[in-house]
Amino acid sequence: MDKGSKIDEIIEERANGDRIITRARYPHVFREGLDRSVVEEISEIKGEPEWMRRFRLKALEIFNSKPMPNWGPPLDIDFNRIRYYVLPDEVKARRWEDLPEEIRETYEKLGIPEIERKYLSGSVAQLDSEGVYANIKRQLEEKGVIFLDSDSALKKYPDLFKEYFFRIVPVMDSKFSALNGAVWSGGSFIYVPENVRVDLPLMTYFRMNMMQEGQFEHTIIIAEKGSYVSYIEGCTAPIYNVTSLHSAVVEVYVKENAHVKFTTVQNWSRDILNLSTERARVERMGRMEWVSGSLGSRVTMLYPSSYLVGEGATASHLSISLASDHTWKDNGSKVIHFAPNTSSKIISKSISLKGGTTVFRGLVRIPKGSFNSVSHVQCDALILDESSRNFTFPHNEVYEESATVTHEASAGRIGEEQLFYIMSRGLTEDEARSMIVLGFLDDVMKEIPLEFSLELNRLIKLKISELGGTG
Amino acid sequence: MSLRLELVDVHAEIEGKEILKGVSLTVEQGRFHALMGPNGSGKTTLSRVIMGDRRYKITKGSILLDGEDITNLPAHERARKGLFLTFQNPVELPGVKLFTLIRSSYLVHHPDDKRSFQEFITYVQSKARLLGMDTSLLSRGVNEGFSGGERKKSEILQMSLIKPRIAIIDEIDSGLDVDALEAVAKSLKDTIYTEPKMGVLLITHYQRILKYLAPDTVHVMMDGRIIKSGDYSLALKIEERGYEWIREAR
Ligand SMILES: Nc1ncnc2c1ncn2[C@@H]1O[C@H](COP(=O)(O)OP(=O)(O)OP(=O)(O)O)[C@@H](O)[C@H]1O
Ligand SMILES: [Mg+2]
Repeated sequence: MDKGSKIDEIIEERANGDRIITRARYPHVFREGLDRSVVEEISEIKGEPEWMRRFRLKALEIFNSKPMPNWGPPLDIDFNRIRYYVLPDEVKARRWEDLPEEIRETYEKLGIPEIERKYLSGSVAQLDSEGVYANIKRQLEEKGVIFLDSDSALKKYPDLFKEYFFRIVPVMDSKFSALNGAVWSGGSFIYVPENVRVDLPLMTYFRMNMMQEGQFEHTIIIAEKGSYVSYIEGCTAPIYNVTSLHSAVVEVYVKENAHVKFTTVQNWSRDILNLSTERARVERMGRMEWVSGSLGSRVTMLYPSSYLVGEGATASHLSISLASDHTWKDNGSKVIHFAPNTSSKIISKSISLKGGTTVFRGLVRIPKGSFNSVSHVQCDALILDESSRNFTFPHNEVYEESATVTHEASAGRIGEEQLFYIMSRGLTEDEARSMIVLGFLDDVMKEIPLEFSLELNRLIKLKISELGGTG
Repeated sequence: MSLRLELVDVHAEIEGKEILKGVSLTVEQGRFHALMGPNGSGKTTLSRVIMGDRRYKITKGSILLDGEDITNLPAHERARKGLFLTFQNPVELPGVKLFTLIRSSYLVHHPDDKRSFQEFITYVQSKARLLGMDTSLLSRGVNEGFSGGERKKSEILQMSLIKPRIAIIDEIDSGLDVDALEAVAKSLKDTIYTEPKMGVLLITHYQRILKYLAPDTVHVMMDGRIIKSGDYSLALKIEERGYEWIREAR
């Protein structure tokens, strides 16, 4: 392990033809591969309490004992060729001005300050594995809201952290949740006290900067009784031609009458495997909203789940995915209605083109005794050319007679008549296609952050222009 | 300069079936032609072939615009040269707001328009009201759940905004109630006859709309060919006697 060595990384990013060059220095570059000593070292560098060190080692054992999933997209991961931890030498900065020049530039190129200005409530941005930019607005502190990167939260609020860490997502949930348990680093920790409303969304921005790097944030959101918070997470990474792994865990605790909106938008580059676990526990009359948009990555497997454990709890799941250039977006939702009068709504919109594959997997379970629970599942797929595909696997398990589950699905292609109609009004074939695709997304566009819808818009137009006159 | 659309012995087929069997026709800007003919005779096919529907294969003949061969030009380029088609059954575009389509296509045709976004909205709304069109349709998906009459009005609205040089208008009058027919005919008349005058090929089964619009020429199509042309009195005669007499007279 070459601790302390400084590497100047030159990173190129091609976004819409623009080229962005950034430099970041990495003092702690771990060797590739994963074993007990790597895990112990991570824990030691972070100065973690003993219980966390032991937890990580236990998680590593579970990880080693679990097989890879035998379903879903093809995953070719060489766990020995990933660096599990990278620590930028910059200490955590509280203010924008305190950030080192090159990191500030990176963020500026990513548009972070603009986003910040829009959502003035404060932000924890994450460069690689550490939250280096943490800026919490005074009002939030006064209301008792905690918004920290998870490593700092563990230090500052160890008991609170321990109470919610790997609870709704058990560490043995899957091979990837166990991996997160062993090597997690960063992520956000949000605590909203009883009856506090955080009116502006909290935002964070994750970015991977190194080759063959793993990123394993652990995010925890706790919304106490009657509180409200909206959290937006954006992810991006520069373009390399090596496989990198992103495997986060998100745990959301929605107490009585509380309301949490969790938005993830990712535009990882094409070599990233994005395999995350996201789950919420929703108590009486609580409300959970998941919004996920996935544009980038080579493979995404993401199935946010809601466990509706209290009477009258509701969940809504919206996912929008775009699979192009032979990428695979395996998205879905899982809702378990553990209590009576609970309701859920699942909407999935997917677009595949240029050899992309989109998959929807839905699971709705209503056990006996969850009287009058209702669920509606809608999945719409648009397939733009002959080389692209969509699969839909809805799965409903309803054991309660008074419950209702409705399901609508559509998979379509753009009609020649639609193209001809728009073209007859003077628009090119590409413009016509883009217009139809954006129309397909119209009813969900208002649910997603403006920056994301602009990015989606731009990307759809770009991809369609690359398609050329086929279709 | 006035635009001139010329079809020279056009043969067209779809799925191996020949529908147009040698159509020759000239439509000049400022001239109003009506096209009549029994169901299935090929009128809509002709309109699509003129506009550039690539599902039809042109096996013989050519389409010229001011002498330039546009037989193989894509639809959007024909539109940009001043052709327009109102559809007999315009397709639904789910989620694509009518206003979005109108705005984008308008800017293609009038890139130098000075109106602000807000002024443009007001302008479109006022045009829509003239047609007796509910302006809330503008914020709905194009033709999505539109009634038959609403679809026709939307077509005419788009045409009047773009103001093409030559329009092919396919059965704009079918499915309209009496008041709507009058409103549509009036808007058509305004659009067609204000300078610069448009050239029109109007497909219809009824002389009702022709009464409002006074065509210069009436053509009759049967079995993929134009077999007779005459003045407005031909339309009246068809209304009275049908088409058989024309066939028999040949
Ligand atoms: N895709 C197709 N495949 C096979 N035949 C077709 C196709 N499209 C049109 N046709 C045929 O072409 C012929 C002409 O149709 P067209 O719609 O041009 O008639 P029309 O004169 O407009 O009739 P109407 O007055 O009923 O509108 C009809 O026999 C129709 O069935
Ligand atoms: Mg017809």
